[in-house]
Amino acid sequence: VTRVSAPATSELARDDATLRRFLHGLPGVDQVGAEARAASLATRSIKTTSKAWAIDTAIGMVDLTTLEGSDTPGKVRSLCAKAVRPDPSDPSVPPVAAVCVYPDLVATAVDALNGASVQVASVATAFPSGRASLPTKLRDVRDAVAAGATEIDMVIDRGAFLAGRWLQVFEEIVATKAECGDAHLKVILETGELATLDNVRRASWLALLAGADFIKTSTGKISPAATPPVALVMLEAVRDFASANGDIVGGRIGDLRGVKLAGGIRAAKEAVRYLVMVNEVAGEEWLTPKLFRFGASSLLNDLLLQRHKLATGAYDGPDYVTVD
Amino acid sequence: MSPTFDYAPAPESRDIARLQPSYQIFVDGAFRDGTGDAVKSINPADEEPLAEVTEAGPSDVDDAVRAARRAFEGPWSAMSGAERGKYLFRIARAIQERSRELAVLESLDNGKPIKESRDVDVPLAAAHFFYYAGWADKLAYAGYGPDPRPIGVCGQVIPWNFPLLMAAWKLAPALACGNTAVLKPAETTPLSALVLAEIIAEADLPPGVVNVLAGGPAVGQAIVAHDGIDKIAFTGSTEVGKIIQRTVAGTGKKLTLELGGKAANIVFEDAPLDQAVEGIVNGIFFNQGQVCCAGSRLLVQESIEDELITALQRRLATLRVGHPLDKNTDVGAINSAAQLARIRELSEVGEAEGARRWSPPCELPDRGFWFAPTLFTGVSQASRIAQEEIFGPVLSVLTFRTPDEAVAKANNTPYGLSAGVWTEKGSRILSMANRLRAGVVWANTFNRFDPTAPFGGYKESGFGREGGRHGLAGYLDV
Repeated sequence: VTRVSAPATSELARDDATLRRFLHGLPGVDQVGAEARAASLATRSIKTTSKAWAIDTAIGMVDLTTLEGSDTPGKVRSLCAKAVRPDPSDPSVPPVAAVCVYPDLVATAVDALNGASVQVASVATAFPSGRASLPTKLRDVRDAVAAGATEIDMVIDRGAFLAGRWLQVFEEIVATKAECGDAHLKVILETGELATLDNVRRASWLALLAGADFIKTSTGKISPAATPPVALVMLEAVRDFASANGDIVGGRIGDLRGVKLAGGIRAAKEAVRYLVMVNEVAGEEWLTPKLFRFGASSLLNDLLLQRHKLATGAYDGPDYVTVD
Repeated sequence: MSPTFDYAPAPESRDIARLQPSYQIFVDGAFRDGTGDAVKSINPADEEPLAEVTEAGPSDVDDAVRAARRAFEGPWSAMSGAERGKYLFRIARAIQERSRELAVLESLDNGKPIKESRDVDVPLAAAHFFYYAGWADKLAYAGYGPDPRPIGVCGQVIPWNFPLLMAAWKLAPALACGNTAVLKPAETTPLSALVLAEIIAEADLPPGVVNVLAGGPAVGQAIVAHDGIDKIAFTGSTEVGKIIQRTVAGTGKKLTLELGGKAANIVFEDAPLDQAVEGIVNGIFFNQGQVCCAGSRLLVQESIEDELITALQRRLATLRVGHPLDKNTDVGAINSAAQLARIRELSEVGEAEGARRWSPPCELPDRGFWFAPTLFTGVSQASRIAQEEIFGPVLSVLTFRTPDEAVAKANNTPYGLSAGVWTEKGSRILSMANRLRAGVVWANTFNRFDPTAPFGGYKESGFGREGGRHGLAGYLDV
């Protein structure tokens, strides 16, 4: 519940000063307290049946990602096969949520997935820096959507955000959302460049007001990427946005938006801790791939290893899961 | 896939506590049966007996005081500070080495959640010994003169809410300063202090430096009234504190008292709200609210009352009440039937006085002493639940409009142990801290403890400070 009773978005998006007054009117984040809360949630002990549930749930939330200059169509096809059937020897392992690739490889992914339930996400808008003109960014989005991407991961202009050009950030998100059409829009805040948790909260709200379906921590190219306190603040933002006044964005109470954590999450244990955080901070409604994702590449393998350990009592080595 | 994320039970093993069938008192360096009654210490979570404890009788008190006197006049006070420090470091390390055992034992005997005994009580107890071990050879630099002397034999009577931690708070500074001690743990929670006695014996402290006597009020009275004792340190209720003060009046005994509280946790409209909610929860539901400095009165600025209460209720719905040894338990059992009766009685008074009572849906176990986290809104300053210490998981919510009103309401209590201030405005924190009559004022946090920080009260919350350099004053002849 935010106490800021906002005017409609059209009012807010009038100029930088109006947006600033709204964003700076949000309750502050005490960093020490936020870190303590994140650390205390990490002490939950998730065992046996609940661990099995959490691992399968986490697998279904993975955006299996490859974002390298050296990516090849072959690697993307391999990634897609793994996305649909993460463990070739065990059909009970659920498919992941999506594969995430650069725009030029979207068509390859669409072809390789061949109608499977796995979504095709593409980074766009001059990922990862976002340093291009708006028309160039929009053209990037248009290409990805035309190639069949059903989810677009855009980056915000951090330079504009940090300089206080809130309206520019807002309008770029609105324009990108329009360009997406039916594709879901994830807005990458690149929290590692935002410096404070107060800024993370403001950027989260700015993106949500502008129409983001998901807010996402990081590109994965900047360290620190997803951290527990940052995830905490972003989960609070979607929770508060959902219960905020219906007059924001002309929206409705119960407007649930998602959170995607990306970058640096490699261990199943971390993923399970984040699910605890989702459960206790945002609420159990968010425990679905529709509203929560992990952007990761190596995380899936650890989830598979832990799943096998839980089922058989024995650890497999890294050679028992595929590298791509 | 199931739509809910149920946390499977994750119990810590009870065997780790290495419970003995019976425990003895510790006098003059040796364990022996007390001459008092043999009583059962029970597990408040299921009312099952844990172990038998032989309590001290009057002759045991005499023996303990004599042993403490011999140790004081013999080796202990003459020993160099550096040597005393070595013993304290040894005790601190042994507490760390046996931390899991002590944590499980504490949760069994007290009812507190294992995550608290594991992450708070036991590490802080070790930290107090480490901290005061460091002071032992530096007393000349503590600001109490070039060669401050110890007081002598200290009688120390401690409560049941933090049994091991309170023993550490009392013993560590006393020993560092060169005193000897006769310690009495509370009747319902003697076990961890008796295991601490075992650690002290294994650390080879000279016999009589520390004596631990299990027992009830009669043993406490015998210690307080004993003419072989030079100083009394008591933590517990204001009611008993007053009796103690009357008993020692005119005897020349020194006295420090750490008594009850009814702390105000003050939340301004510009507070970091999510963290304030955590601080409120930690303030009143930590250790089931059985904390003398608990933030039992929430003073919220009226402009954000609805929003804060909604957020608080949502948060309380995620608290996990239940088995103290489950690592996911947030709120454990009330320590005793008597305490539970008092919490129930005052909560009924709150309802009768017209305050609105709310608890999250939670299933309480059938056996044991349990009380659901409870919130009272619409409480007035005149209500008993706004004035009297409940010592349980019960929060009374009051509102204020201006900082002056917040100060007036916060200070309008016979107590003065602690207070909390929540605001993003630094200047307001400083001005509130200056005006609040409380020994500890937390800013944007609550119930944070550290051995370097002095702790103690104003008014009926007692006098004297424990912790930090100030904590030395209570154990030096200054």
